[in-house]
Amino acid sequence: MNAPFATRLWLAQRASAAVLALCVAVHLATMIVAVRGGLSASAILQRTRGSFGWTAFYGLFVLAVAIHVPIGLRTVAGEWLGWRGGGADAACAVFGIALLVLGVLAIAAVTR
Amino acid sequence: MTMASRRHGQAAYWAFLVHRISGLLLAVFLPVHFLVLAQALRGEGALDSLLRWSQTPLVETSEVALVFLLAAHCTGGLRLLLVEWSGWRSEAQPALLALAGGAAAFCALAFALSLF
Repeated sequence: MNAPFATRLWLAQRASAAVLALCVAVHLATMIVAVRGGLSASAILQRTRGSFGWTAFYGLFVLAVAIHVPIGLRTVAGEWLGWRGGGADAACAVFGIALLVLGVLAIAAVTR
Repeated sequence: MTMASRRHGQAAYWAFLVHRISGLLLAVFLPVHFLVLAQALRGEGALDSLLRWSQTPLVETSEVALVFLLAAHCTGGLRLLLVEWSGWRSEAQPALLALAGGAAAFCALAFALSLF
């Protein structure tokens, strides 16, 4: 593997981690407050539907997840399974794209 | 190797394992989480029926475990970022590990207290 590619992945992993740290903190606080008294679809959708703020926040969250997760899985595949090279890279990229698509679908479902 | 540095090494290894396993489990959970939320595309009722299904002790206990995994991955990751960016590898590392674990446990407990 060429060094610049590995460096770019390393940087993307750390940059997405920094964004995720903030997003996860907000998400955890929201969940802790939201589940009080039970969780219902109407309560979730009342908060999120038509909200530009939540759409932007979860859009950033999903984008960071779609970058962070496949790079992490690629590392685990190489270190624990010995699976490296084009096949492993492609599989992790496909997983990242699938997360992005599913994440965007979930955001559309709760904010539109 | 001194006793203190051996203990430090063991703690760092456990932190590495927790970070890796929590990351793997979260990677498995995320697509499911997105698919559940996407049920709202089929209407409020579809999402509500899934949420009602989730209100069983087994699923709610799993949710608390997931919150712990998410918080542990987050705090463990913050510790790694701090070590990598600041080059801070001092004697305070075991305390930082304990702080990361404690913060994750606090989040899971706060979620459990809200949920139950």
